[in-house]
Amino acid sequence: MTKMHVKMTVNGEAAEGLAEPRTLLIHFLRETLKIKGPHIGCETTHCGACTVDLNGKSVKSCTVFVGQANGAEITTVEGLVNADGSLGVIQEMFREHHGLQCGFCTPGMITRAHRLLQENPMPTEEEVRFGMAGNLCRCTGYQNIVKAIMAAAETLNAQKEAAE
Amino acid sequence: MNDQTMTPEQRAANLKGMGSSRKRVEDVRFTQGKGNYVDDINLDGMLFGDFVRSPYAHARVTGIDAEEALKVPGVLAVITAKDLEPLGLHWMPTLAGDKQMVLADGKVLFQGQEVAFVVATDRYAAADGVEAVEVDYEELPVVVDPFKALEPDAPVLREDIRDRAEGAHGPVRHNNHIFTWEQGDKAATEAVLAEADIVAEEMVYYHRTHPCPLETCGCVASMDKVTGKLTLWGTFQAPHAVRTVASLISGIAEHNIRVISPDIGGGFGNKVGVYPGYVCSIVASIVTGKPVKWVEDRMENLMATAFARDYWMQGKIAATKDGKITGLWCHTTADHGGFDACADPTKFPAGFMNICTGSYDIPVAYLAVDGVYTNKAPGGVAYRCSFRVTEAAYFIERMIEVLAIKLGMDAAELRRINFIKADQFPYQSALGWEYDSGDYHTAWDKALKAVDYDGLRAEQVQRLEDFRAGKTRKLMGIGLTHFTEIVGAGPVKNCDILGLGMFDSCEIRIHPTGSAIARLGTISQGQGHATTFAQIIASEIGLPADDITLEEGDTDTAPYGLGTYGSRSTPVAGAATAMAARKIRAKAQMIAAYLLEVHDDDVEFDVDRFAVKGAPERFKTMKEIAFAAYNQAIPGIEPGLEAVSYYDPPNMTYPFGAYICVVDIDVDTGETEIRSFYALDDCGTRINPMIIEGQVHGGLTEALAIAMGQEIAYDEMGNVKTGTLMDFFLPTSWETPHYTTDHTTTPSPHHPIGAKGVGESPNVGGVPCFSNAVHDAFRPFGLTQSHMPHDHWRVWKTANRLGLHN
Ligand code: FES
Ligand code: FES
Repeated sequence: MTKMHVKMTVNGEAAEGLAEPRTLLIHFLRETLKIKGPHIGCETTHCGACTVDLNGKSVKSCTVFVGQANGAEITTVEGLVNADGSLGVIQEMFREHHGLQCGFCTPGMITRAHRLLQENPMPTEEEVRFGMAGNLCRCTGYQNIVKAIMAAAETLNAQKEAAE
Repeated sequence: MNDQTMTPEQRAANLKGMGSSRKRVEDVRFTQGKGNYVDDINLDGMLFGDFVRSPYAHARVTGIDAEEALKVPGVLAVITAKDLEPLGLHWMPTLAGDKQMVLADGKVLFQGQEVAFVVATDRYAAADGVEAVEVDYEELPVVVDPFKALEPDAPVLREDIRDRAEGAHGPVRHNNHIFTWEQGDKAATEAVLAEADIVAEEMVYYHRTHPCPLETCGCVASMDKVTGKLTLWGTFQAPHAVRTVASLISGIAEHNIRVISPDIGGGFGNKVGVYPGYVCSIVASIVTGKPVKWVEDRMENLMATAFARDYWMQGKIAATKDGKITGLWCHTTADHGGFDACADPTKFPAGFMNICTGSYDIPVAYLAVDGVYTNKAPGGVAYRCSFRVTEAAYFIERMIEVLAIKLGMDAAELRRINFIKADQFPYQSALGWEYDSGDYHTAWDKALKAVDYDGLRAEQVQRLEDFRAGKTRKLMGIGLTHFTEIVGAGPVKNCDILGLGMFDSCEIRIHPTGSAIARLGTISQGQGHATTFAQIIASEIGLPADDITLEEGDTDTAPYGLGTYGSRSTPVAGAATAMAARKIRAKAQMIAAYLLEVHDDDVEFDVDRFAVKGAPERFKTMKEIAFAAYNQAIPGIEPGLEAVSYYDPPNMTYPFGAYICVVDIDVDTGETEIRSFYALDDCGTRINPMIIEGQVHGGLTEALAIAMGQEIAYDEMGNVKTGTLMDFFLPTSWETPHYTTDHTTTPSPHHPIGAKGVGESPNVGGVPCFSNAVHDAFRPFGLTQSHMPHDHWRVWKTANRLGLHN
């Protein structure tokens, strides 16, 4: 099959590669660009392990053809660390509140949480539970994930206030 | 602050040892996407394998034509049973003493069975190749009902072993019969049933489901033709056992095989077994000389690798009219699918189902289990459970409820008057186990008080009145469970898998500067071993947990062990860790005595040091001792500071718990809302409370799934009806309730640190608790038993059948 030339910005850096048009974004990220944070749990849009941020929206990258992401701005969990390489606030809060066990859902969870807190910087517990419902976790029972996200919201808001 | 000014408590806190809610060391990698899971492995020139699978549940395979497939660009090979036969690899042994086809050998026995293995340069080409392989099938009659499978004229499923009189576990009486396993005293139990004041009888079905970890199964096989060494990365819960089995079936010497379990994205029993994908990848790598990756997709995972439960449990429970239980009888029909691939210790073809007397002092009992072949996927794995303990716990906790109905008694009180009492431990059960320790009454009373049980019952009475008066359409249910688990397999004298004794191991090396590395025979799948095992060592030898690295999962470096499942890591490998640490401490004591110029007996261990008895200001810290071990010539003591321990536990451990949940059920929609869930666990000594709590949350959510909607369902034709996450229920954060956790602590008397293991308790206790709550809501309307899962549709049907829609 003929391949197309795809360009995108991933975690702030220009990236490009050749891919068949039918290639799914998740496979392009993981196998061509070697960005392995996003995982594959189902390839049918149910689990959210492959969640990335595409032009400011959460998407399940197993349901996006690479061509649809041509020219896009993409953020994955790798892009959420601080400039000095330390864990970002959401990542730190997942660790602090034991919001992960096997870690397989975690990149998708954190990437989705990052977008959720942009959409709604001060969510209630119920809003977090609803806003995260596209991401499945088999290990944690979600209680500590919800706690971590609420704590991250608080920290981020405090940081924002301090900066103003 | 220095060593002199800190109190022992401060010094202990610095170690972050046992009892500390130490943050997990694993998380720094995982939270930034730097885990290393099987699918993350990319080797030069790596190929991809993918299966052609059977669309039929029972059919003869009359021809496989790979010609078109081989024309697909990128496809290099199509492997069939014919290619594997000369190597003797077209069938493989199962863990249960049966054998299983690696690739269809003349017929298929379940939908999704592996028929051919396509090897290609990338995953897309492999999928194209799979599409292009032509297979001719001749359909055969399908049997999905285990009772029909045993009828005289049922079709013979396993023609390869037709007309045998003896199976791996004794005599068989039908071509589709695998074994009968009997425990207890049949005659005495039947005599008690015949004479009893009251006998309650019920068929309790624990439906077929699947562990469904978020990461599916997979491997990368790489045969180095120059060195003759095979390296196999895979999602293995038991890497050493995989190496031994791989050596036995392939003929490659065991020292030439290196098995590595990298990070594992959840296991829950799914990753204990040996699957055709592993065998085919190894063969493909040997044939092509290139590394071969195989990772199943979610549909393949649900259809073909492992299932759990599928037990039909016919029970009879006898009691006096005051509710004292006098005997228990159970006959189970176990649906094993097309091959018996259960992951149970060899002598236990129905696992530890004989823990089905539960938390109760039952004088006589009898259990028989019949294993049966059907046209379903093989498996029978312990889904977050210790070898059929979930089935046993569900059975007894339902039978107690059924008996309570028959006696017209409160089910909490019925449990209380039948619990094994604290002073009866160690307790010998009627079905052959010796329970190590427990205090059920204390746990039960604490739980009932915590939820205000009497208040809840009063509210329920009021609700029922309102319902009958037409003021509400919601019923309230209170679910009770008191479970006893049996984990930590196990004593080598009665537990082995394929002849490998179920001990486990730990090796610890202390470095000269006082940091350390420990290696274990187990493998974490999210349980946080790197965090908790370091805590055990920290407390035992007085070096900070933060200075201890933990490694698992590489058979070239780790000591031999049987792996992680059945909640055995803490009871067995945790004990090995403590014992290895104690060997180090014993040597450290001699070194300290030498350095302090006193006799060995004149120094004592004090948190992070050895001090002279009666003169605590004269001491050597463990760091100083470690350095001395490497730089001082001490007469009579070898240099270095390291130890290894292989631990064969004297007994299993018996964690227990008391769970109570409250639900509101809308009888018109069948919707069940979990209003509250209280879980009290007693897992003995608690190593890391944060991790224990996380395990409980996760296990309860799996229990919620199983009880309320998750199943592997088949239609009459043997088609899997729940092959995607659209149909196979995994709760989201939206459906999952908030849990309240609590504990009591009854240490195990025979475990070096008193720990019992906890990972599976919430699944074992959670399922009956949710299910009992649904049943309890309908108890006033005459419901005694309705089978799980209690999804909206089934609950609505129950309400309808009971006339609640009229
Ligand atoms: S892999 Fe994309 S949603 Fe599951
Ligand atoms: S931490 Fe394992 S799936 Fe979420």
